[in-house]
Amino acid sequence: MTSLPAATSRRLGLAIDLDTCVGCQACVTACKGWNDRAEGHVGGLGDADPYGAEPSGAFLNRVHAYQVEPEAGPPQTVTFPRSCLHCENAPCVTVCPTGASYKRAEDGIVLVNEAACIGCGLCAWACPYGAREMDPTARVMRKCTLCIDRIYNETLPEEDRIPACVRTCPTGARHFGDFADPDSAVSRLAAERGGYDLMPDLGTRPTNKYLPPRPKDRPAEVAPLAPLLDIRAEGIAGWLDRILSRL
Amino acid sequence: MHPAPSVIVFTVASGLGFGLLAFLGLGWPVPAPGLPAFLHWGLGYLLAAGGLVASTFHLGHPERAWRAFSQWRSSWLSREGVAAVAALVLLAPTALSDWLDLGLTRLPGQAGAVLAALTVLATSMIYTQLSSVPRWHHWSTPPVFLGFALAGGALLAGRTWVALPALVGLGLLLAWVFADGETRFARAGQTTGTATGLGRIGRTRVLEQPHSGPNYLMREMIHIVGRRHARKLQALSLVLAAALPAAIVALVLAGVLPALAGLALAGVLHMAGALAQRWLFFAQAEHVVGLYYGKR
Repeated sequence: MTSLPAATSRRLGLAIDLDTCVGCQACVTACKGWNDRAEGHVGGLGDADPYGAEPSGAFLNRVHAYQVEPEAGPPQTVTFPRSCLHCENAPCVTVCPTGASYKRAEDGIVLVNEAACIGCGLCAWACPYGAREMDPTARVMRKCTLCIDRIYNETLPEEDRIPACVRTCPTGARHFGDFADPDSAVSRLAAERGGYDLMPDLGTRPTNKYLPPRPKDRPAEVAPLAPLLDIRAEGIAGWLDRILSRL
Repeated sequence: MHPAPSVIVFTVASGLGFGLLAFLGLGWPVPAPGLPAFLHWGLGYLLAAGGLVASTFHLGHPERAWRAFSQWRSSWLSREGVAAVAALVLLAPTALSDWLDLGLTRLPGQAGAVLAALTVLATSMIYTQLSSVPRWHHWSTPPVFLGFALAGGALLAGRTWVALPALVGLGLLLAWVFADGETRFARAGQTTGTATGLGRIGRTRVLEQPHSGPNYLMREMIHIVGRRHARKLQALSLVLAAALPAAIVALVLAGVLPALAGLALAGVLHMAGALAQRWLFFAQAEHVVGLYYGKR
């Protein structure tokens, strides 16, 4: 049923640290690798013309790069991973005509039942965040499952029971946990760092939180190469410099 | 948004078809038994049902389309499908009665007329509900779809005194919607700064795209090509969908033009204008996901 659950007992999601993310795209690759397996829950992330002139494929995670210009100080580069936010008020779920899209009452994860998806694309239209992409080969909608086939998978070592993007992130910019528990690591992180929602005015109430880049703690006007400009010549060159300066 | 031909044909044909069927269901007019009734009802069924079939062409898995009847409690797309089939079924006894002169009660036809109107309303709500597309997320979207069904249905049903004010009203509404639509995205207040939340630090713009080629999102939501001739298409749709048919209907009412030929010509022009309007409806609609790509 594509009606949303009134409340979910847990709210699993990600806290994404924009201060730590370096835009290496490892999460993009790890996500594609894990979810492109036929035996996984997603069951494949198809590519059209993968080795040809116009490759185009389905991904569940994309890393953007922005230039942010503050009122004062130099511009900053911010790399920005974008994936499903597992909204509490998910517009992608209620528009689905077949019941293929649903939000789980037990953990709040938004999923697609591939066997019931007609590939109409309305859920992708309804999502403001571009979290859903049509699989060009299977012609059904794909989305982030928070790696439901890892987080509950007891055949995996315990440290691997987190989403592939979180497991692979080399800088620890992605954190996975339960936002319904105020004492969880992600809840505390979001509270301490001022974790925020994307486009909150749209009323989607995203679960995932973005942690803003920390303010720069050093004055921006000191150029890191400035000491090298103050060159003092020594030896014969120094003697010549002094003589010639007096003339 | 990507203007998929199957969706454009579907919304235009089914809107027009359900408009005509609503008039026939209400018995306004009751066509003469035999061939006239067959042709009149047949045209309505052809447009309405043909449109529904066309709508399945853009599906990834049309063989599963029957599942779309299940979620009427939450989904406007599902409600549209349920209302459309219910309308076509309910109208059938009245259509047969008119055709074969059976003299059955018109009650199912009248109920079917209400469901035909609800079908058009459901179609419009599929787009109106999307807060991600500010140009559609507006009270004026259902009146535009219902206006097309009313004006087009009245034309095809030969109800000149309804068609004339409906066409004039539709033209005025379209002109205002074209003008007002230009600022709706800006009024929704979403920017790359709010989409990323980085606006709190400063002015945010795209430094580098996340992928070198276009993806599904860009092809589907950021359709710039279709907007190139927006001004010309807007003028064309106003003239063809509203102004010319209204003028022809006025000439028919004045007795200058023969009714059947005049209404047929007005109907064809109106449908061409509706296709132009519907192309723009999709091509001009900007999705907020474009903000992540610095595009609209």
